[in-house]
Amino acid sequence: MYRILKKRRLNPTVTMMDIYAPLVAKKARAGQFIILRADSDGERIPLTVAGYDRDAGWVKIIFQLVGATTMSLDRKEEGEYISDFVGPLGCPTRTEGIKNVCIVGGGVGCAIALPVAQEFHKLGAMVHTVVGFRSKDLLILEEEFKACSDKLTVMTDDGSYGRKGVVTEPLNEAFESGERYDEVIAIGPLVMMKYVVQTAKPYGIPVTVSMNPIMIDGTGMCGGCRLTVGGKTKFACVDGPDFNGYEVDFDEAVARSSMYAEFEKREREAACNLFKGVK
Amino acid sequence: MALQPKKYEMPLSDAKIRARSFCEVALGYSPEIAVLEAQRCLNCKNRPCVEGCPVNISIPEFIAKIKQNDFEGAYRIISESSSLPAVCGRVCPQETQCESKCAMGVKFEPVAIGRLERFAADWHNAHCGEVSELPEPNGHRVAVVGSGPSGLTCAGDLAKKGYKVTVFEALHVAGGVLVYGIPEFRLPKEIVAKEVETLKKYGVDIETNVVIGKTLTVDELFEEGYEAVFIGSGAGLPRFMGIPGESLKGVYSANEFLTRSNLMKAYKADSHTPIMHAKNVAVVGGGNVAMDAARTALRLGAENVYIIYRRSMQELPARREEVEHAEEEGVKFELLRNPVEILGYENPADKRDPKNGFVSGIRVVKCALGEPDEKGRRRPVELPGSEYEIAVDCVIMAIGTSPNPLIKNTTEGLEVNSHGGIIVEENTGKTSKKGVYAGGDAVTGAATVILAMGAGKAAAKAINEYLSKKA
Repeated sequence: MYRILKKRRLNPTVTMMDIYAPLVAKKARAGQFIILRADSDGERIPLTVAGYDRDAGWVKIIFQLVGATTMSLDRKEEGEYISDFVGPLGCPTRTEGIKNVCIVGGGVGCAIALPVAQEFHKLGAMVHTVVGFRSKDLLILEEEFKACSDKLTVMTDDGSYGRKGVVTEPLNEAFESGERYDEVIAIGPLVMMKYVVQTAKPYGIPVTVSMNPIMIDGTGMCGGCRLTVGGKTKFACVDGPDFNGYEVDFDEAVARSSMYAEFEKREREAACNLFKGVK
Repeated sequence: MALQPKKYEMPLSDAKIRARSFCEVALGYSPEIAVLEAQRCLNCKNRPCVEGCPVNISIPEFIAKIKQNDFEGAYRIISESSSLPAVCGRVCPQETQCESKCAMGVKFEPVAIGRLERFAADWHNAHCGEVSELPEPNGHRVAVVGSGPSGLTCAGDLAKKGYKVTVFEALHVAGGVLVYGIPEFRLPKEIVAKEVETLKKYGVDIETNVVIGKTLTVDELFEEGYEAVFIGSGAGLPRFMGIPGESLKGVYSANEFLTRSNLMKAYKADSHTPIMHAKNVAVVGGGNVAMDAARTALRLGAENVYIIYRRSMQELPARREEVEHAEEEGVKFELLRNPVEILGYENPADKRDPKNGFVSGIRVVKCALGEPDEKGRRRPVELPGSEYEIAVDCVIMAIGTSPNPLIKNTTEGLEVNSHGGIIVEENTGKTSKKGVYAGGDAVTGAATVILAMGAGKAAAKAINEYLSKKA
């Protein structure tokens, strides 16, 4: 059992928790993920490491309430326990030789982008962070990003905060004004990552994307997380989750992500009914 | 008494009913039948059956106890050699091991050793919970990586010699392939849990949610004071064929399909883990895993389940009993067929059609058997122009696995072969790294539960010798 040390709602649908898991905290690095089960009959879900404290022994997770599992996880409070927490899994984000980086985060993907930005900042790289949200009330982690970015651009779809528009606009402007990042790292919805790749392509700037497909064991056993990268089958859990954005077959990844859409909808409705009227 | 030429039948649940339920297929002997079957044993002097057992159970001796109605005594004899008797009695291929050497088998059917083993273990589990005397602790610590059949066997044997053993398991529950791979109807998970509980009573610690190679490395285990490490991390990444359409929705590896159903209980209506309940299913492959996947698909409600295998029934590697059970339940065998493409549904008029991107069929080519390959198995030769389509909405690939790189990549000095399997000394499981032993599928690639147990046992013996010398 793994104790919830701290819990904070970042916005109405996104929650942050610090989980006491000293072995995982000791090893975790930016870009890696964990798998948890909220309860002993729950499903296994992968969540990217959003931060850690090796001395205090906790790992930070940030999750969006998208389905039954994240809803029951969100009902747990500080001092309560989650059933299982395993990691760190996957390969850390590559940082060697990168001195000037643009980090693009979309929605809850910003939870993953934050430790990556912090890592580059710590290593002394120039960090330009572009984060995008649908609207102001969904904005998360602005202060944290400010602290680790040389430049921060906040975008909202509806213009309720920061600039109105999508993340590829400031990225494209930077390229047009002659900016040549060593690398762009995009973390967010599949469609956003696909368009970040298209934006960077004319300038030949390398793009790393962080993939978050359906997964069960997270150790390479099930193959459910497979992607086509550079024409080859890769497993996000052991080969990734970071991949060369130019090689990822995004359309296939988008299709595969909806494999259980019907089931998830039913589960979500059942969970909503269950929690309705319960505080 | 006249010699009974045939094995006493073990009752099976009705094929029509069981094909739609996850209840256990084979129901086990009653005490009366067990004693009668035990009386078939000739108790021959040279004990050929023991030679046929990868863990060398004293077979005639335990059968003699059953003859005398001393069922607990029989269990004690088995458990001296096997840490998982109730499991082996169910999933071992006895017909190619102990029973194939049985003297009775020369003229008649061999003694049903597997069924008797299962009987003794089940009787023990139902009537006695206690373990025999606990050994005196010897002060040595050993780490075991993986809680599948090889790891549990190695841990059990060492614990019984007084070692303090910790088993590290990556998943949230112990048992490895016994819980994620082999289905409930063949091996009830309650039985695996009981066997694990027995090991705990011998003092074995089981740490779940620890991935060796990620959470901790093998070198860190030594730093923490473990004096020897056994790697039984199992087979790894599922193989795919590399044919078009393998990324369509509705294509599973057998590992994923079985893990969803067995480990995550997706077959239960209230499970939070989804699984496809397909109407028509193609399972590619002919091993025990393929049979397990096919029979699971049937139980999840499929109307037609096809085993697609590129050789003939004679070469089919699955256990005969499993093939027979699958046939009785209605699994169809498309033999001498090889898949060339998986077809997907695409509605050009409606991009939002929810069926888009799901499997709609599989195209196969007919094969004939040609010259034997290096293993002596006749090689399938595709017949040009013989392709046809089978309408299915789910395809399960059960064509084996390749070793998992997690431990290899993080353990300096651990040598692996060109396939990625850990290289070991054959009779001891000793690897190229000092104090590190390995066994099971991590070494051999996909094999059987009992071979993994045999390897775990051999390694336990070698670890005991190594640490006794060291001390």
